[in-house]
Amino acid sequence: MGNNLKSKDKNSKELKVKSKTDNLSVIRDFISSNAHKAGISTEAADNIMLAVDEACTNIIKHAYKSYPEGEIIIKINYDIKKFTILIIDYGKTFDPTSVPKPDLKKYYHEHKVGGLGIYLMRTLMDDVKYTTVPGKYNQVLLSKNISSS
Amino acid sequence: MAEFNTSVLSKGKISVINLNGYLDAHTAPTLENNFTQLIDEKCYNIVVNFEELAYISSAGLGVFMAYIEKIRENNGDIKLSNMSEKVYNIFDLLGFPLLYEIYKTEDEAIKKFIGE
Repeated sequence: MGNNLKSKDKNSKELKVKSKTDNLSVIRDFISSNAHKAGISTEAADNIMLAVDEACTNIIKHAYKSYPEGEIIIKINYDIKKFTILIIDYGKTFDPTSVPKPDLKKYYHEHKVGGLGIYLMRTLMDDVKYTTVPGKYNQVLLSKNISSS
Repeated sequence: MAEFNTSVLSKGKISVINLNGYLDAHTAPTLENNFTQLIDEKCYNIVVNFEELAYISSAGLGVFMAYIEKIRENNGDIKLSNMSEKVYNIFDLLGFPLLYEIYKTEDEAIKKFIGE
């Protein structure tokens, strides 16, 4: 992939959407087009897109509990070395500090999966950091090193 | 808007669900409805053909987990086929190939059901 960025170049983009699942495709398109602009390989761009989808799905379902008027702000920053996505919401605090590895036997009997999204985020990205200011906002910072992609 | 649709075909005693497009938290209910309907009709031998599926997130994977126990309790199964490498990688990352039979082609999956 052609990466025309110079070492000093810094790029920022922002998207603000409501907490509705039909916006997941808008979010994915936003991530995918900017990842390509940053010169990231298609495979790595697909992984970043999935990680952001998982983060936003969790926000819609858990932070906003499917309330469709919540706000989700997605800020992309990238330079030649790193592509980061900061996702902010004003919903309920969600603390995923300890996420076990997927337990398929448990899912099988419970008929549902829980925590798979966070596991995917941690596996697909180089770094995932949650910060929360209770009653104010939550944010998750996803980072991908471009050199390693 | 995420484009996703399914079609369900009967091939003898086997039901085939064809997936097309993007399967995420928004579109997962469409596939849930397909499974619910097949179970209501006591069709427990199901092949899901992924050939036209471009994308899956964990919300989509969750759909398969929601119905598999019920279907196996009725001596049926959900067998998967025609996955792109990209979609297979997500299943693999989460260990799903341990729980589901995944075949290269729909015909292979159907043959497993009819014992050929």
